[in-house]
Amino acid sequence: MGQKATERIFEIEAEATVEVEAGENVAGLEELRVKWLGRKSELTGILRGIAGLEPAERGLVGGSANKVREKLEATLEARIAELSAAELETSLSTDSIDVTLPGSPVRAVGHLHPITRTRRLIEDVMIGLGYQVMEGPEVEHDFYNFTALNHPDDHPARMLQDTFYVEPGGGAPAEVGKQDVLLRTHTSPMQVRAMEAAPPPLFMIVPGKTYRRDSDATHSPMFHQVEGLAVAEGITLADLKGTLLAMLREIFGPDREIRMRPHFFPFTEPSVEFDVSCFKCGGTGQLGKGDRCNLCKGIGWIELGGAGMVDPNVFGFVRDAGYDPDSVTGFAFGFGIERIAMLRHGVGDLRLFFDNDVRLLEQFS
Amino acid sequence: MRIPYDWMSTYCDPGMEPEVLAEKLAMTGTEVERVVVSGPPSAENFVIGEVLAADSHPDADRLRVCTVDAGEGDPLSIVCGAPNVAAGQTVVVALPGAVMPDGMKIRKAKLRGVPSEGMICSSAELELGEDSDGIMVLPEGLADPGTPAGDVLPVSQVVLELEVTPNRTDCFGLYGVARETHAITGAELAPPPWQGESLAAGGEVEQLVSVKVEDQDLCPRFTARAFTGVTVATSPLWLRARLIAAGQRPINNVVDITNYVMWLTGQPMHAFDLDLVPNGALEIRSARPGEKVRTLDGAEREPGPDTVLVCDENGPTSIAGIMGGAGSEVSETTTSVLMEAATWNGPNILRSSRDLNLRSEASSRFEKQLHPALAARAQIVATGLMIELCAAKPVEGMVDVAAPMPESRTIRLQAGSVERILGLAIDAQAQLEALDKLGFGVGRDGDDLAVSVPPDRHYDVTREIDLIEEVGRVNDLDQRLPATLPCGSGRVGRLSRQQSLQRRAEDSLREAGFDEIVGMSFTDPSEAQLLRLAPPDPRAIAVALSNPLSEDQSIMRSTLIGSALGAARRNLARGAESVALFESGRVYLPAGEFGSGPLGGDFPGKQRPPVNEPHHFCVLATGSIDPASWGHDAVGADFFKIKGVLERLAAGLGTSVEVVAGEQPFLHPGRSGEVLVEGRSAGWIGQVHPAVAAEWDLGEVVAFEIALADLLEASPLGEEKYVDFTAFPPVDRDLAVVLPDSVPASGALEAAREAGGKLLRSVAVFDVYRGDQIGDDEKSLALRFRFGADDRTLSDEDVTAPWQKIIAALEGMGGRLRG
Repeated sequence: MGQKATERIFEIEAEATVEVEAGENVAGLEELRVKWLGRKSELTGILRGIAGLEPAERGLVGGSANKVREKLEATLEARIAELSAAELETSLSTDSIDVTLPGSPVRAVGHLHPITRTRRLIEDVMIGLGYQVMEGPEVEHDFYNFTALNHPDDHPARMLQDTFYVEPGGGAPAEVGKQDVLLRTHTSPMQVRAMEAAPPPLFMIVPGKTYRRDSDATHSPMFHQVEGLAVAEGITLADLKGTLLAMLREIFGPDREIRMRPHFFPFTEPSVEFDVSCFKCGGTGQLGKGDRCNLCKGIGWIELGGAGMVDPNVFGFVRDAGYDPDSVTGFAFGFGIERIAMLRHGVGDLRLFFDNDVRLLEQFS
Repeated sequence: MRIPYDWMSTYCDPGMEPEVLAEKLAMTGTEVERVVVSGPPSAENFVIGEVLAADSHPDADRLRVCTVDAGEGDPLSIVCGAPNVAAGQTVVVALPGAVMPDGMKIRKAKLRGVPSEGMICSSAELELGEDSDGIMVLPEGLADPGTPAGDVLPVSQVVLELEVTPNRTDCFGLYGVARETHAITGAELAPPPWQGESLAAGGEVEQLVSVKVEDQDLCPRFTARAFTGVTVATSPLWLRARLIAAGQRPINNVVDITNYVMWLTGQPMHAFDLDLVPNGALEIRSARPGEKVRTLDGAEREPGPDTVLVCDENGPTSIAGIMGGAGSEVSETTTSVLMEAATWNGPNILRSSRDLNLRSEASSRFEKQLHPALAARAQIVATGLMIELCAAKPVEGMVDVAAPMPESRTIRLQAGSVERILGLAIDAQAQLEALDKLGFGVGRDGDDLAVSVPPDRHYDVTREIDLIEEVGRVNDLDQRLPATLPCGSGRVGRLSRQQSLQRRAEDSLREAGFDEIVGMSFTDPSEAQLLRLAPPDPRAIAVALSNPLSEDQSIMRSTLIGSALGAARRNLARGAESVALFESGRVYLPAGEFGSGPLGGDFPGKQRPPVNEPHHFCVLATGSIDPASWGHDAVGADFFKIKGVLERLAAGLGTSVEVVAGEQPFLHPGRSGEVLVEGRSAGWIGQVHPAVAAEWDLGEVVAFEIALADLLEASPLGEEKYVDFTAFPPVDRDLAVVLPDSVPASGALEAAREAGGKLLRSVAVFDVYRGDQIGDDEKSLALRFRFGADDRTLSDEDVTAPWQKIIAALEGMGGRLRG
């Protein structure tokens, strides 16, 4: 009896294995699992009948039946895995899309204004040189814009800058040019405010809006400047030159040179205007076949701004804050942000910056 | 300041091309705007000719056919239309190839059938005068026919156009420019034209002329000389040529002398017809109310009370230092001249000229404050020319009403000072030589220099630092100055917290798809009306300009929305279908409380800023905000889209905003809100009122504006504190509550928060339902609650109590739970 049962177990193994290996889909295999391993299967029947065998035979039959059961399980699982992988591939191959259609657009990133980008570039360069960034009021007292910058009343230097004046609140309009409140004509008023607020050493820049009564392709009544001020013991005009050179090379390229031309500003002495060597023609003034460089007009230099050593009279207004011209010296510089942006990006008309046409803005990602 | 090069060269000839000198001047502090040519671009092909015959033209009454000896070869045939041409005249001939000032090139031609081999020139054609009615007839025997005209006439004069800085009054005189040229090139400098002579005060002239000065502060010096036997005539060609090249119009010899002397010395002068000055008596005084003066330009002017007038016994004759009067003008019949050279108070002249809106060559010099010593120099030079050109007889002496001369100044230039300021050592000898060439008196004083300042530089050079600049600028500063960086410690370069958060906020909007605009700070006063803003709203009280460029730029903006609407309109008008814009900029409000830090309008410095200018963000969208594709339609910008942008902006700064119902005059009343940051008002959000949007030609527009400082103040960025999230997981619960529309979502959330107690970590709306299952004026809000504690994992029992309270609170405001 036991002998016969054991033989049958191995026959079941052989028959079932053949059928499982011939199975062609997952559903069919699940039916085979029921047929060969299910509750009503022959193998299960044999296992159930073990109790009726001789005790000596029970171990052999039970062991064989369980071994075969495990082997058949494994064979089934292997075959199912094989087939389902194939079935997945088949179903994917019929589930195809036209990959050449355009993608679903997400909202594109926007754009920072070229003036913001240029301002940040300048800020980052000067931060690297050890400067803080400060802001000051655009509507300013005459004192900070002129008087404390060594422009006495009725001084012709005041005529250099065509100033917007602000109506005093209420009352009758004051005489133009005699008013206390104005739109700052440069970022320089912050020189005095910053010195009032903190003792030397002071290294700071002031980016911001400035205003002059002027309007054409190269002048806007509103424009942006960056002021720089460095005050400490032992600051020299040579330090100014080195600082401007380092800054201009970061902005316009490592081969740039700087030129300083003596000039006059009431609040610096000595005063200079500074130029950068033209980055289009390399400072030669000529392009390729001897054509005149149209960027620098053949001069080889591009005018950028004004600078100089802080006039002792300016320190005179902040002596109480620790600025004694006998112990500290300083330099200051200023230049236009639009000018830098126009040069770097080839924008020909200053007014385009304030027109805010997205076709311009979108060129500056 | 136009400096005719040849004229300047008579005092200092640098022996170099004008362009080379121009470059040197530019690099030493005198900007040269342009190098130009007065007259024809070149003197080539202009020769002296002699008219041998002037016959009538066979076919034209007004033309003559001239035979002209122009040197080499056969006489030329030239057709000429001038009425004054005649045989025997010495003239200038433009030969074929000559180029006229207007660029016209002379060619051989036939005029009415008669060949013409050149042109006989008028003075106007050569820019040597204004007479265009006839040819210029030269003195007989001036030069042989064929002589290049440039050898005997200033046919083509090079002119340097200088931009003189206001401190350099010396360079408003040609001799000053010559001295500057001497200092920077080393070329020899001729003595000044006034040297070696002096004029004493007083003398016979006082019998003819008397001068009374009311206030010597306003008129520190008034000098007058008298001349008799004056012959008024046209000035000689050389003088006219120089004046024209300088940009001055020749009038007659006496007036031309005053202008010539001004150009040469920098000191303006004025000539009176002495016979037209009753008793030769002049009075210098301030204008009286209502007084009028007829100036040389023919205009009648009413000067203000600060303006100084030169008056005779009949009243005002001229406006001191600005413009002479028509009443005592020198004319062809003049035989006696009163020549004035005065010194005025610079600030007073500047103010008067600004008040009168009248500037002249004289006022542009006087306003910069001239030294009284210049007046006598001008009188000396003018006297020589009056004798030479007008056959005038000077009356002995000079009327000289003068306050004491400013004390001459000696400044010590210490040995180490130049290097201390410039960072470049210049040896003492080189310093001394530089100052000497510039006209300073220099002596050594130990290691230092003792420098005395000449009158020409009296008001400009007052301190050691001014000398350092002088020494530096003429010592090849640009080439020699090293480029160093400041050394020393105590500085850290970085952005402030506000500045770096501002950048982050801008970047966040950029990444959300918004384009940054920069609007003008100016706006039109009518904008407030378009936005329906009215006092007492502070945005309706404008910071106004006294002298705007135009009405539409006459006040400062008090909100950014106008700029954004304007930019949206422009872009849509130019074909854009939608725009999403933001601006990061200031608004200008009359006064009030300042926010915190510079972004709130609180700037460093002792004096508070005159107005409040906080930094705002304005974000605006119109049209589609998410683009269409072949798979779905575009999504239009609506209130919740823009609110999402606001929430994202706040979240990017680590904080949040709350929007509660709140109206703005320019917003849709049902779709507008007030933006709160930590419970305080920080801005507005909403759909722009359709009628307001229509004023900007726009349809549905949504926007918000927020005060950046308020938003940043709530930001914990950079200062976050870690909260342990691993130990005790939170418990989440959801519910749906039906509420009347009159209860805003924010109200429900606030009530729930209050009721939830300290175990309630957060609550948020995650769905909204309106429809058939609830009433028409109701909405169902789905809320998600998160409970948690720091010290334990919450059990259901822990949450039960707050949960019941929350439900009670929601029911208390008219809500009912939905199944």
